[in-house]
Amino acid sequence: AEAAELRARLRAVRHTVLVLSGKGGVGKSTFSALLAHGLAADETKQVALLDIDICGPSIPKIMGLEGEQVHQSGSGWSPVYVEENLGVMSVGFLLSSPDDAVIWRGPKKNGLIKQFLRDVDWGEVDYLIVDTPPGTSDEHLSIVQYLSATRIDGAVIVTTPQEVSLQDVRKEINFCHKVKLPIIGVVENMSGFVCPKCKNESQIFPPTTGGAEKMCQNLSVSLLGKVPLDPQIGKSCDSGQSFLAEAPESPATLSYKNIIQRIQEYCEQHHLQEEKIM
Amino acid sequence: TPAERANLAGVRHIVLVLSGKGGVGKSTLSTELALALRHAGKRVGILDVDLCGPSIPRMLRVQDSAVHQCDSGWVPVFVGQDEAIALMSIGFLLERPDDAVVWRGPKKNALIKQFVTDVAWGELDFLIVDTPPGTSDEHISTVEALRPHQLLGAVLVTTPQ
Repeated sequence: AEAAELRARLRAVRHTVLVLSGKGGVGKSTFSALLAHGLAADETKQVALLDIDICGPSIPKIMGLEGEQVHQSGSGWSPVYVEENLGVMSVGFLLSSPDDAVIWRGPKKNGLIKQFLRDVDWGEVDYLIVDTPPGTSDEHLSIVQYLSATRIDGAVIVTTPQEVSLQDVRKEINFCHKVKLPIIGVVENMSGFVCPKCKNESQIFPPTTGGAEKMCQNLSVSLLGKVPLDPQIGKSCDSGQSFLAEAPESPATLSYKNIIQRIQEYCEQHHLQEEKIM
Repeated sequence: TPAERANLAGVRHIVLVLSGKGGVGKSTLSTELALALRHAGKRVGILDVDLCGPSIPRMLRVQDSAVHQCDSGWVPVFVGQDEAIALMSIGFLLERPDDAVVWRGPKKNALIKQFVTDVAWGELDFLIVDTPPGTSDEHISTVEALRPHQLLGAVLVTTPQ
């Protein structure tokens, strides 16, 4: 009955993309937010962003929605809308103060994630983007399990170039294989830094073992793109603005936009293939 | 139990390295802190309770090591230039380094308890405990398992943004 409930709620969702990483601090939430903004730039598309990082929900701040509350209506919980076509849900909205720690064990976290999926009234959604915490644990197992009621187009895996990150990301790739989650591809963040003054490029996180490129070759997954470090990205996140809108000329913006397009193409193609089969 | 008390009985100070946030440098700091304390002549151990993303073995170049058991429990891997830093990490228990540890809370909690009580640390001045990001199972279990012992305190790591 529960599965049927979830299926019903998610029936109006056309595409679902999970944003994962084994590693923390590589830019999952940043990427999820920009993916959402990028997709919502097309006003004909309805985009939903679900933040299931229960201990460290970054999405409210990054989307400029700190302090917002969730409202209940007859049809369920209302997402908080950034734009008319971009709705957001996060545990961050349920906290009375942003500094409140959510110190929950796995089962309680799973319960909330299920509630998010079951009780949030997303309406008709073209793209549901799910931002996850680092790791391969309760939240990840649960979201894959609960979303089996609908079809997950795939996962975008975020990393940074150094081996200490790749080490954890390889585990995440294996996790995806284990739970039969298709991998749309890998994004390498913080990939190089161009000094705004002297224009020299430095590797702040040197790819000592070949970076994401080599890892993707070895594991036969797509490298969706590399995004350079731009201090404006962190600033935009802190101020809740879309980096794509604030710095349209940045090489990072160009990278992000190319990656977003590739993800869109993957989802659309997927859909066409499925329709063919049906 | 006597065994539980015994394995940490010789540890003078326990320092937890925490952050809510991932990727800020907890493992890096834990490693450097351990090396610096060793350099200052202290007896040091590192307990890596990041079950999903254990970084310490690679940072100390022992990612290919295996752990053994003795009568009093697990024998830590000895690392560092003079092989005098004792290290325990789940990284050592993985058959292949790319294997994901896809466990729910209860299983993680059981292993953490074992790591805390079943490692034969011997006499240490400092035990540095490296943690994963967040405030969840690993953190609750680690603090609970360490509670009978004297915790020096926590060092919190962040980045500026």
